Amino acid sequence: MLKTLLRSAAIAAGVGLAAPAIAQEAPANPQCIAPANPGGGWDFTCRQVGKTLQDLGIIPTTMQVTNLSGGGGGVAYAEVVNKRDSDDNLIVAASSATTTRLAQGAFPGNTADQVRWVATIGADYGIIGVSGSSDISSLAELFEKVKADPRSIAFAGGSAVGGWDHLKVLLAAQKVGIEDVRTIKYVAFAGGGEAMTQLLAGSVQAFTGDISEAKGFVESGDLKVLAVLAPERLEGWAADFPTAKEEGIDVVGANWRGFYAPGKMSDSAYDFWVGAITKMYATDAWQSVMEANGLAKLNLSGAAFKDFVEKNVDEIQALSRQIGIIR
Amino acid sequence: MDTLASLADGFVIALTFENLALALIGCALGSIMGALPGLGPANGVAILIPLAFTMGLAPTPALILLTSVYYGCMYGGRISSILLNIPGDEPAMMTCLDGHPMAKKGEAGLALSLSGVASFVGAFFATVGLVLLAPQLVRVALLFGPAEYFALFTLAFATLGGIASTNQAKAAFAAALGLMIAMVGVDTQTGVPRFTLGEVHLYDGIDFLVVIVGLFALSEVLVFLEERHGKADLHEPPKIGRVVPPLSILARCTPTMIRGTVLGFLSGVLPGAGASLGSFISYSLEKRLVDPKGRTFGKGDPRGVAAPEAGNNAAAGGALVPMLALGVPGSGTTAVLLAVLLAMNITPGPLLFQQNPDVVWGLIAALFIGNFMLLIMNIPMVSLFARVLLVPPRILMPVVAMISFVGVYGISGSSFDLIVMVAFGVLGWLLRKVDVPLVPVVLGVLLGNEMEVNLRRAMTISDGDWSTLVGSPLAIGLWTVAFVGFVLPILFGRVLKRRMRRRMDEEGAVID
Repeated sequence: MLKTLLRSAAIAAGVGLAAPAIAQEAPANPQCIAPANPGGGWDFTCRQVGKTLQDLGIIPTTMQVTNLSGGGGGVAYAEVVNKRDSDDNLIVAASSATTTRLAQGAFPGNTADQVRWVATIGADYGIIGVSGSSDISSLAELFEKVKADPRSIAFAGGSAVGGWDHLKVLLAAQKVGIEDVRTIKYVAFAGGGEAMTQLLAGSVQAFTGDISEAKGFVESGDLKVLAVLAPERLEGWAADFPTAKEEGIDVVGANWRGFYAPGKMSDSAYDFWVGAITKMYATDAWQSVMEANGLAKLNLSGAAFKDFVEKNVDEIQALSRQIGIIR
Repeated sequence: MDTLASLADGFVIALTFENLALALIGCALGSIMGALPGLGPANGVAILIPLAFTMGLAPTPALILLTSVYYGCMYGGRISSILLNIPGDEPAMMTCLDGHPMAKKGEAGLALSLSGVASFVGAFFATVGLVLLAPQLVRVALLFGPAEYFALFTLAFATLGGIASTNQAKAAFAAALGLMIAMVGVDTQTGVPRFTLGEVHLYDGIDFLVVIVGLFALSEVLVFLEERHGKADLHEPPKIGRVVPPLSILARCTPTMIRGTVLGFLSGVLPGAGASLGSFISYSLEKRLVDPKGRTFGKGDPRGVAAPEAGNNAAAGGALVPMLALGVPGSGTTAVLLAVLLAMNITPGPLLFQQNPDVVWGLIAALFIGNFMLLIMNIPMVSLFARVLLVPPRILMPVVAMISFVGVYGISGSSFDLIVMVAFGVLGWLLRKVDVPLVPVVLGVLLGNEMEVNLRRAMTISDGDWSTLVGSPLAIGLWTVAFVGFVLPILFGRVLKRRMRRRMDEEGAVID
């Protein structure tokens, strides 16, 4: 993978020389804050994007990656808002977990409009599945059982109660007409892997997670994916799975990855970053990174991304209020 | 025979100059990182990921580098435990209990070399276990649902009394304190923050590395300041003693190492149990078995060094089983390794052994090679390591303080954690003053959270039916062991205790 990556990077760099230079000046000391420990998803977002941007020559120097963990991203968010509100060099890795926590007020005193949303770099779509030996064969059938007796099906997921894996199930449940979604049984585990193990062990009946977590288990026959929560069918190995929409349950659950920037960043710097990420997204180099990491297409930037975040926050707020996470 | 043929292929892959060099670098770096307080295997591996990517390594060499660091850290952690009474990483905590008293008695060389051998035995047989049993062992991991995990963690707490035998009430107090600290943070089963005082830094809970560095390293510095303040440096370097373990001691410790290896390996295999539980259970059960009256354990018994070291190194091998065969990380370190595998377009899971045999078997062969390298590196270097003891404390202690601050800041990049660490340093100093053992505090923090969430998961799944906790033969078995290990000694322990008290009065707490 690295070889192809380098090769395509070299090609892209060659193209870059021929093409007109980017309109805005690149920041002198580009920096990316990963609001988590090294090795996690946000850390990966910063490092992989930093490396690709440099390989492509979009930024002239190495992107400095700083790990600032704590509070599920809240520490970094507060740091950016309070201390680095007008820093033109800075972008911060974010994902649906960021907007979920913002919507639920889990970053005390902070709201989604305090920063500028830059762009997404891809998405990991949600899935709902059952164990390979289960006799349930469609999402509709699963929710019929939940409707009949909510206690008969326990969903396992890798996020805390009120987190994204939980909310995906509730969004779908609302669409099938379950009125009190609080009756749905959700068991929180420390990560999708642990939740999957408990599905295989038979402790729980259904799994909610992301498509990238499912690959190995689908191939071995241990997991039956009932539906992908994507707007249309995915490409590649996951093309066989129906979308929830096809089953008449119109719900999309995208765990997007992307960046935000400080709220008072200058317009020219903001335009540079939006342009840089958009340009990177279109290259073959980035497409192969996405493929290697199980990221599906989701390309939003600038104003469109900001609207997406606002809509996302409103939706989560409404749902969280209903299940009593926030008042 | 298939297995052996595959393993031979693996050695062909691993025995290239590049891979051997990477394994050597990884082992050396890992040993150093493991020995530094605050830098554990998880950070060690994470720090080297960018290096592996910038060097443009293919998946197999990259994995060889990173797992060598992992194994190296597991070896290195014991060094500072024994020499300074400061665990280099959390699984090495149990090695302090007998390792440091040995060093004080002038047997530092013996403690280091013996623990090196124990580490080797644990890691070697765990790797053999990984080769032979990985597919079968996955089924063991699948036997453990939330109810069984709860019983397992309760068992760990039940054996606590075995460790701090001087004063059960103080040990219980310390464990309760640890449990309270573990409750800080957002509760995953309801999504509600607890005991966070509205402070966003506390939402993720308190990192146990910060707790360990504060309680052990900083409080050591504070104790030193208090004792030596204003006095001339009267430091008399303790003797290092012999550095090659005599055969008689090796023979005496062999059964201990074997038991430690088996227990450690099994706890490594269970995702969510891990190396700390492995070394802890190895130590406490070993003590129960060979020294139930607390005559020698805690005072520098070589078996008290061999058991936890075999246990935690075996757990490191065990933790690779669920990672490779299920794609489920059993520890922080394997979580980081898993992220690397995914980034290299390798999907761990039930089919990994068939789809990427070169990666798996190359990795396993590299583990064997790394293990021998670590043994060869560690035994002759014992006298070099032990020279740390010759450094006068007035120089050593500021260095310990500095490493603690840098290490903790390096984890999160947040100065808030430094304040928390200093607070725990003061707390550790106070607890030492009143002879409250520190190990149960850390165990409470390490295991408390898992114990709680598994109870709550079991309750959610069973709709609040408590009988689910004894709903499987495995759970009943674990409860029985906990009962025999904890309740019976209380019923029959009076006579023992009276005899013990006479001897213990002059000696103070186990951790001192």
